[in-house]
Amino acid sequence: MTAPRQLLAEWLAPRVAPEAAAWLEGQLRRLARDGSERDLVVTLGLIPRRLGKADLDLSAAELAAAAACRPGWDPSRWSVDTAARVLALLTLPDDDEAFASRFAGLCRDADAGEAIALYSGLPLYPGQPRLEAQAGEGLRGNIRAVFEAIAHRNPFPREQFDEHRWNHMVLKALFVGSSLAPIQGLDERANPELARILCDYAHERWAAGRPVSPELWRCVGPFADGPMLADLERAAASSHPRDRAAAALALAASPAPGARAVLDRLRDEADRIAAGKLAWADVA
Amino acid sequence: MMFIDAHAHMISRTTDDYEAMAASGVVALIEPAFWIGQPRTNVGSYFDYLSHIVGFERFRAGQFGIRHYCTIGLNSKEANNEALAEGVMEILPRFAVKEGVVAIGEIGYDEQTALEDRYFRAQLELAKELGLPVMIHTPHRDKKRGTTRSMDVCIEHGVPPSMVVVDHNNEETVEEVLDRGFWAAFSIYPSTKMGNARMVEILKRYGGERIIVDSACDWGISDPLAVAKTARLALDRGIPEEHVRLACYANALAAYGQSGQMNEADWLDPPAIDQRTLYEGNSVLRGGREPVIESPGERRGMDRLIIE
Repeated sequence: MTAPRQLLAEWLAPRVAPEAAAWLEGQLRRLARDGSERDLVVTLGLIPRRLGKADLDLSAAELAAAAACRPGWDPSRWSVDTAARVLALLTLPDDDEAFASRFAGLCRDADAGEAIALYSGLPLYPGQPRLEAQAGEGLRGNIRAVFEAIAHRNPFPREQFDEHRWNHMVLKALFVGSSLAPIQGLDERANPELARILCDYAHERWAAGRPVSPELWRCVGPFADGPMLADLERAAASSHPRDRAAAALALAASPAPGARAVLDRLRDEADRIAAGKLAWADVA
Repeated sequence: MMFIDAHAHMISRTTDDYEAMAASGVVALIEPAFWIGQPRTNVGSYFDYLSHIVGFERFRAGQFGIRHYCTIGLNSKEANNEALAEGVMEILPRFAVKEGVVAIGEIGYDEQTALEDRYFRAQLELAKELGLPVMIHTPHRDKKRGTTRSMDVCIEHGVPPSMVVVDHNNEETVEEVLDRGFWAAFSIYPSTKMGNARMVEILKRYGGERIIVDSACDWGISDPLAVAKTARLALDRGIPEEHVRLACYANALAAYGQSGQMNEADWLDPPAIDQRTLYEGNSVLRGGREPVIESPGERRGMDRLIIE
């Protein structure tokens, strides 16, 4: 099987100028040899200056190779500098414990672009469980793009986060105005506690006269019963088509006997769901 | 008219200041690493300070519509604490290559001690290695000699004058700085450094070439509107608009733009959302509120034009 390291190098080669590629190659050789901290931080810092920050813009075949190499790996939004920075980290000597400690050190003073790269590479690093706490730390900042580097298009949270961390990541995504659809494992890891947290949050928003993201109902639907059904009824009565579509999708996922009756009132949406023409992707 | 305040310690300033600066026409500013008002005792507090000026302060400025850049360095006062200085020198490379760092600075001399000299030279070498311009803080005491010596040492280390901004100039130092081909910056700072009426006289005499006007506003009694006020006073007093534009905007961009980290497009054509690099557009502080920019109240603004 092709290693992520090899794929990253292959993708970068045609996308950067020859002198920049030669510079990177030299830096990677140094890192592989003795991997001093100074070489590492300077390499990471200089990468966007030397290689630029263009979108990596991978082809469908390249993305398929990524997913085949590491299930869930989705570098579709990566930039050249992100790819090169992750490549640099993957070049370090293979030692789980040492890697986790260096990773935490790098995250401590990363600028926004570096933090995005460091966290985007999470599914590729050695010793994944050892990185869980730092990934949790990364979610605590207030830069949305850094938050999304962990939460979006990344298999790491699905695989490593416990329920508490997972639930708070989903809640924070809504809280900061981010979307849920790019979170891998969203449906698989839905749980009653998350549904409760989200309904409470919806009530807070309603009480403040603020809109509620229709995506919220996606994690509520499978557990909707009793008062949660009433919340879905309220969403179903909205004048916004996206709210009604989301309510219908959530109701369709609810095993509660009362859900069908509410869904029947959303005839148009229910028909589209049955015909396979309305899905969560249309709500996001 | 658009302005760049090429020297402003915003870590010490309030959001009111950012609002007033933006309303006065400041589109970008540079925050040089400096002394925070009392000596730092260990490298850890330096680490946090540098993290702050490359990180949160950049984000905060963006919330008020101002692009924030910074310079990284060990200041001359703290160069005298050898243990601290050694620690700081070790962490400087990792901060100097962060996004938006436009120079090594502000560095130079305070009391002009041997230790100050040693770390000034080491930082000039770092600037050379990383291809960054240098911002020089000229000393408050024995200024003329310190200024001359700073330039001598730059030349000795092979740092070209075109890569060096010599700041806090006055009538006594300007001529030599300009004659030797360095950028000459002036801090319009009440009571201690340059006043803006004096600055206008300097512009009258030397024109706008290689002259940079900044506020150096910090935790002392200083004025974040100093650049805008100086520009208006200069125009009122007949300085050609092009000279004012050079001194209050274009020269700072030309000098620090040599870092490759500061481009006019950053503020003329900001990407609405660049999720890889920008804090602006990701204004999620405190529940995702949009940053609000209001006009400054009556108590602030351009009414008290003269800075003495």
